[in-house]
Amino acid sequence: MSLRALLEARLLPVILVAAIVIVLPLFFPSAYYYRIGALVFISALAVVGLNLLMGFAGQVSLGHAGFLGIGAYSVAIGPVQFGAPSWLCLFVGAILSGAVAFAVGRPILKLKGHYLAVATLGFGLLVAIVLTNEAGWTGGPDGMNVPALMLFGLRVHGSDVWYWIAGATFVGGFLLALNLMESPTGRALQAIHDSEIAARVLGIDVARKKLTIFIISAMYASVAGSFLALFNGLITPDVAGFLGSIELVAMVVLGGMGSIFGSLVGAAVLVVLPQVLTVFHEYEQALLGLIVMVFMIFLRQGIVPSIAAVLNGWRK
Amino acid sequence: MMILEADRLAITFGGVRAIDGVSISIPSGQVFSIIGPNGSGKTTLINLVSGIYTPQDGSIRLAGDTVTGLAPDQLARRGLSRTFQNLQIFSRMSVLENVMVGRHRHERTGILADLLHWPSVGRQNEATREAAHTALARVGLADVAERPAGSLDYGALKRLEIARALASEPMVLLLDEPAAGCNPVETQEIDRVIRSILKEGITVVLVEHDMRLVMNISDRVHVLARGRTLAEGTPEQVRSNAEVIEAYLGVHGSQEAAHALD
Repeated sequence: MSLRALLEARLLPVILVAAIVIVLPLFFPSAYYYRIGALVFISALAVVGLNLLMGFAGQVSLGHAGFLGIGAYSVAIGPVQFGAPSWLCLFVGAILSGAVAFAVGRPILKLKGHYLAVATLGFGLLVAIVLTNEAGWTGGPDGMNVPALMLFGLRVHGSDVWYWIAGATFVGGFLLALNLMESPTGRALQAIHDSEIAARVLGIDVARKKLTIFIISAMYASVAGSFLALFNGLITPDVAGFLGSIELVAMVVLGGMGSIFGSLVGAAVLVVLPQVLTVFHEYEQALLGLIVMVFMIFLRQGIVPSIAAVLNGWRK
Repeated sequence: MMILEADRLAITFGGVRAIDGVSISIPSGQVFSIIGPNGSGKTTLINLVSGIYTPQDGSIRLAGDTVTGLAPDQLARRGLSRTFQNLQIFSRMSVLENVMVGRHRHERTGILADLLHWPSVGRQNEATREAAHTALARVGLADVAERPAGSLDYGALKRLEIARALASEPMVLLLDEPAAGCNPVETQEIDRVIRSILKEGITVVLVEHDMRLVMNISDRVHVLARGRTLAEGTPEQVRSNAEVIEAYLGVHGSQEAAHALD
């Protein structure tokens, strides 16, 4: 295969992202950086899912942390209450999230724009309230401890191990998303974003496609939530809270709506930046807000699409 | 054989009978035009027939099957497609991708296969791309296939919508004012495209204001006025119909009116 063919290959972005995952640790001065890296990839996984829904299909969700919460509490409640293995609970959580997305999505995906936004917001709040109130199962507002993941009889612990697990899973999720966008389903979703009516007269069942992508994006969030819980070893209802949902949306928009690579960039910026800004103590939050505003003012399509547009301009 | 029949269709919007007992019978393989003054209900009729509105009264048959009340996507899968008067382009996608979406009803889609990029998905993508290129070539847009759809000019977008609908290989194609806003050269191009569509046996239903185009190309012309049928016949019959001339221009027996319909 010639270099050119390789560069034009469909899988190039995946190879690139895998290379980032592998090479990044060479620059890590301490184990702490593995922890941040793992958090970036876990967040980015959820963001890729949400980007499929928002950036490609054009359907907003302000309650996506609800699915993060379902995934997180699945790997907490399953092992603690039923003695089920964590990895099994992760899959069960993803299926449960998909089922909840199916049930919730059927009525609310008929709504458009702001109405859909408020309906999904309600869903997220609902999950957070249930997790807070069902203290007998969830430990209530104080949360609960999450037993460590056991794989092949070994206890998974350590930021470096989680870095590799999260990185590899992210690359997998990235590949699936990329595949989806280059398929009939992906084209149909992008068509729905621009004109539902035109999509319909070309034979696309719009309601069904929206539901499909809502379920898929819920499952992405659920897996990310499970990882987050297993990685932290402790989980509180905050994981499903409104701020979590808003953070996911901000990551999608900041990285670039409809840019799957942008999902990684958006997640990286909003996970790493607060860490960097801690040196400014009480001004941390204000600076974070300011920087995000500046990003959006100067890179209004999101970081990746805006930079890509500039580079394309230069090439001509 | 009648490919598309509508029987006494009626729909009311806010107390106004937008379409009031209109019946049409469209023979297979012909150009059937619907004309009428602004507000006469042409687009409403097209919206009823393509499933965007559900008629409050009357029935619709497509290729002999009753399809009244079916959704636009269900009708599309039965072979009825359309374009829009106010463009409905997928502007974030490339020109080629727009037309690839038109192939949707001929594609096998399985969510698992699509996520995992089964080899069949790759092969199907190639076939879809090929068919989309062919459809673009037919409307003269082959050389802009890779451009973002949003970057084309108005006349080209009109033809892009036709290519997209053609890619779905319909039995019946409804064209809602394909020449609106087009210059004479672009209108000529639309005329050529419609004639090439006919050669494939596709029935064309044309809603159009450009009388020269309508009179040149139509087998039958149906005239609407205030939601009702005013007249129907060959272009010659319609052109010489006194009622049509009057309704169309609101001028009694004026020479100018007769000229306008020529």
